[in-house]
Amino acid sequence: MAKKGFAIEVKGLQKSYDKNHVLKGIDFKVERGSMLALLGPNGAGKTTTVRILSTLLGFDKGTVTIEGFNVKTDPDKVRNVIGLTGQSAAVDEMLTGRENLIMMGRLYHLTAKSARERADELLKEFDLVDAANRAAKTYSGGMRRRLDLAVSLIATPPIIFLDEPTTGLDPRSRIAMWDIINRLKNDGATILLTTQYLEEADQLADKIIVIDGGKVIAEGTSTDLKRKIGNDRLELTFQTTKSYTAAVAALVKISQEHRDDDRSVTIALKDTNSDVKKVLDILNDKNIRFESMAVHKPTLDDVFLSLTGSSQKEGK
Amino acid sequence: MSVQLEFEKKPKIFLMAIDSLIMIRRSSTHIIRNTDQLLGTFFQPIMFLVLFASVFGGAVALALPEGVSYINFLMAGIIVQTVAFGSTTTAIAVTSDLQKGIVDRFRSLPMSNLAVLNGHVISDVFRNAISTVVMLLAGLFIGFRTDATFVEWLLISGLLLLFTLAFSWLAAIIGVLAKSVEGVQWLTFVLIFPLTFASSTFVPADSMVGWLQIFAENQPITHIVEAVRSLMIGTPMGNHGFWAVVWCLGVLIVSIPIAAEVFRRKTTN
Repeated sequence: MAKKGFAIEVKGLQKSYDKNHVLKGIDFKVERGSMLALLGPNGAGKTTTVRILSTLLGFDKGTVTIEGFNVKTDPDKVRNVIGLTGQSAAVDEMLTGRENLIMMGRLYHLTAKSARERADELLKEFDLVDAANRAAKTYSGGMRRRLDLAVSLIATPPIIFLDEPTTGLDPRSRIAMWDIINRLKNDGATILLTTQYLEEADQLADKIIVIDGGKVIAEGTSTDLKRKIGNDRLELTFQTTKSYTAAVAALVKISQEHRDDDRSVTIALKDTNSDVKKVLDILNDKNIRFESMAVHKPTLDDVFLSLTGSSQKEGK
Repeated sequence: MSVQLEFEKKPKIFLMAIDSLIMIRRSSTHIIRNTDQLLGTFFQPIMFLVLFASVFGGAVALALPEGVSYINFLMAGIIVQTVAFGSTTTAIAVTSDLQKGIVDRFRSLPMSNLAVLNGHVISDVFRNAISTVVMLLAGLFIGFRTDATFVEWLLISGLLLLFTLAFSWLAAIIGVLAKSVEGVQWLTFVLIFPLTFASSTFVPADSMVGWLQIFAENQPITHIVEAVRSLMIGTPMGNHGFWAVVWCLGVLIVSIPIAAEVFRRKTTN
């Protein structure tokens, strides 16, 4: 298992393009063998952060150390311990899956024999054996992401950057990707994941950092964050004004918001299961019939609403 | 993981050489698998050779030195012209690498950055070598005859190698600076077309109008064409060989560091 301590340390990181201040002082640490998710909307500075941490981009202020190596003064040593995958990396489309793996392995300076053996192992592990000798340009989106991730693991780097690894994937490929990422974590890798999906961060990461507008606006475990963000919401609508007013009256003791114009009642849930039952029991007792009922999970929009008071500017 | 990984334990300079070899292999594989381009590599030079020989052959005959047939005159020019136009593919390969994320991937690896450019430039030498051999064979078929000795052929090969490298490194700079593949095509066209045509590539320079003649007689392409031509069919060498080598070396000395620097700048921001 990995030794204790921090594999990634970022202090006061600032970066601007001309007058555009992209990162306005970011601090975080990632414990060895753990997974940290950088959660934020498009343009929050996630990819910029990953590019800086993986030596692809310079920065203006702050310090970044990876496994104790300074990114600015020791980029070569950093490159030996990291693997990068996701939207800012790629595979060679003209080469086959196996050729891509072997080439990247050789560029990490594995011996030819090691590169070949490791390529075969990864092809098996990532379910790419059948496609191994086909050009990467013929791969589906999910296969290409798997190859991309496999390529970054060819020399088993202890630190892995996953830049939006599931953006644009269909639900099944996304879940397959999550399985793979969880396996990596169980193997002891330190992982930095960026994502714009709250659910993804929730599923995978030990700790989440929410960034927006180049600043860290919240951090903690997913339970911590959810507590801050708010709860599930139950939304009920009623067909008639009569049943609507009756419901508002019946639920008066439960904290709620109601809107006359579409006859809807929204209730914040503390414990989703028992609270829903409680509400339905009350309505049932008074013989009030609702038209529709839905439980809403807090979304990334809610995160930003509650943390910054401003909604997500753009979304994919 | 079950495979025990072994890393190369060699000095840094060796590792850099390995990086370049791997990238040369990559770019060469691209050339071989890009069948459209490969067909072009074979047929374009043949087409040019046959077209020029049959279209201009009669008209140019009077301007040619005594006793030199047009096909013999043309051969050196058409080879140099094909190499010059072929450098466009280096530029395109560099631009399209930069447009995709693949260069970022390479840069996140502990490899030498220059290896990417090395790969494209040197694989281009192979492609040009194929084109040149194809053209020579086609030329022999339609009446080209040479009196070059083995040593002269070696000198011709050396000169063409130097010229290809110089032009490909120039093209690599264009490839890094261009914003799109279309831009590359436009840029190289505007640069290479006048250079190859306003030279003694297709017609003797002394048959041109005054001002153009001065340019044509002193520009690098003419020196290279005349040097190759002299070695091939025995036209006067004069100082063409000297200037051809000086020009190529000069371009190489200047363009390699510039290419490396613009590549570094382009990829760090």
